[in-house]
Amino acid sequence: MLTKALQNPFVSTLAVALIVVALPLVVGSNFHIRLATMVYIFSIVVLGLNLLMGYAGQVSLGHAGFFILGAYSVALGPSQLGLNPWLSMAGGVALTSALAFVIGRPLLRLSGYHLAMATLAFGAIVYVFITNEVDLTGGPDGMQVQRANLSVLGLSHLMSWYWLAGGFLVLSMLILSNLLSSPAGRALRALHDSEVAAGVLGIDVARAKLMAFVISAALAALAGANLALLDGHITPAAGGILRSVELLTMAVVGGLGSLVGSVAGAAFLVLLPQFLTEFHDYEHAILGFLLVVIMVMLPLGIVPSLNAVMRRWLP
Amino acid sequence: MTRIQVDAVSIHFGGVKALQDVSLEVRKGEVLALIGPNGAGKTTLFNVISAIYQPTSGRVRLEGQDVAGLAPFQLAHKGLTRTFQNLQIFFRMTALENVMVGRNIRERGNLFGYLFGLPSVRRQNADSRLCALELLKFVGLDRYADRPAGELSYGILKRLEIARALALEPTVLLLDEPVAGCNATETAEIDQVIRKVVSTGVSILLVEHDIHLVMNLADKVHVLDRGVTLATGTPQEVRRNPAVIEAYLGESQDEQEPANAES
Ligand SMILES: Nc1ncnc2c1ncn2[C@@H]1O[C@H](COP(=O)(O)OP(=O)(O)OP(=O)(O)O)[C@@H](O)[C@H]1O
Ligand SMILES: [Mg+2]
Repeated sequence: MLTKALQNPFVSTLAVALIVVALPLVVGSNFHIRLATMVYIFSIVVLGLNLLMGYAGQVSLGHAGFFILGAYSVALGPSQLGLNPWLSMAGGVALTSALAFVIGRPLLRLSGYHLAMATLAFGAIVYVFITNEVDLTGGPDGMQVQRANLSVLGLSHLMSWYWLAGGFLVLSMLILSNLLSSPAGRALRALHDSEVAAGVLGIDVARAKLMAFVISAALAALAGANLALLDGHITPAAGGILRSVELLTMAVVGGLGSLVGSVAGAAFLVLLPQFLTEFHDYEHAILGFLLVVIMVMLPLGIVPSLNAVMRRWLP
Repeated sequence: MTRIQVDAVSIHFGGVKALQDVSLEVRKGEVLALIGPNGAGKTTLFNVISAIYQPTSGRVRLEGQDVAGLAPFQLAHKGLTRTFQNLQIFFRMTALENVMVGRNIRERGNLFGYLFGLPSVRRQNADSRLCALELLKFVGLDRYADRPAGELSYGILKRLEIARALALEPTVLLLDEPVAGCNATETAEIDQVIRKVVSTGVSILLVEHDIHLVMNLADKVHVLDRGVTLATGTPQEVRRNPAVIEAYLGESQDEQEPANAES
């Protein structure tokens, strides 16, 4: 009973919502609130990536591309088009989704390593484009982002983005939980195991994959926009190839095929480096070592592996 | 009424002529058994009929309509589905969820409703769940409903594939060795299941090495050997055909067990 409840995505969504609401009561420092906000923002991208990889079984090494497009849309919208930042965020998410829709169809004909390479190339193209279009984007130095927050509600800039990112995170989890328990979600999980069986049961496999790809791109863009608006500054480095690898690591370490695993993976990779800073030069080596240990001890990722252990010990 | 018409179908893989000039016809509520030794081309013909392979020449008609250029999922929308000789199960889903996937084309809804969990989607989920449970009961698997399919045995999964295919409410059902790996009791159960399905007007193409099942169930038998039609007719006619006795029945009667075990 208990283990079943813990695996229910709606239960995990509620748990994450409670954490978002309760955390400011417990931690006061701006530094910690900022870290939590970063965790929420990265959780949003990783949730989308998990839908694509963990549920539909399609790998992407290019999601930092969508992430950075969302980030630059809130930088460029106000500065180039005079749009308000909120509208720029919505527009950035919409345009990024449209782009994913257009490139998704040819990309998703590939699978496995080929799909990994093609998505990696997409991410690299976006990164190079943003880095080289110096007049538009400021090049490697990045650009300022017009300030936007909820100060009208009496919130500080940081708390505004704490609540917004937390709200978007809970909403994303809720939406994905709904999707996964719908016919479309079952179709995605089915094609992951057998595309040919999904096909003879009437599922348009190409269309189903494309849907997952577009939703995951939209969530990546939303997260990118959140990060840019929180920081007030954005550089191409926020969306390089290493960022794509980091996002994928978060999804795998947290647990593919588990929504709450995405949050755990994001939390792990955002928070752990904070504890390791005192090791200075060895920080990355220790981080790498810990990742190896985790993947060996919890091969399914943190959440699914712990679930499996609990299934064995709890009723 | 002709449901499936296969017209002079040939398919070549490089130099291998897996099927040559094969023609057959299945009418409403009819069972056509496709038999022949290992490698005869039975599964290949199923792959052509279900549009997984495009034939090198010849055509397949479903309800009189040429299906060339259609994808398997489009044929499913026209009422044709199948099971697989080498299982194609959704191993990470429960038995019940496997069958619910079979309801996909009967389920109505749009992405908006799915994302926001509208009440209509929830109601429909409940309906699909009930329907899938009924089908599991129908094939005798209701007690496995909530078990992950990956934990279930081969014989059980064979029946799960049948339940999943029936969830579409197909008009044409292709069964590739439905009783392979099943014991006598399970075979008798599947025999009953197929009879009940046929009695509702579904047309069935059956590939099966179990000759008793074939002779019991089939209205017509089509014998393939090395990609060529060896004989067609009623079970009685085929049983008496000397060429068949020599090429298939004679050797198959003592080879039946290994043939099953191998596939
Ligand atoms: N995709 C393919 N590529 C190359 N050759 C193929 C392909 N599919 C089938 N064949 C060949 O076609 C022939 C018929 O194979 P098929 O699987 O249809 O036989 P079968 O009658 O189903 O046999 P069994 O009783 O063992 O299941 C074999 O020689 C096989 O190697
Ligand atoms: Mg075969």
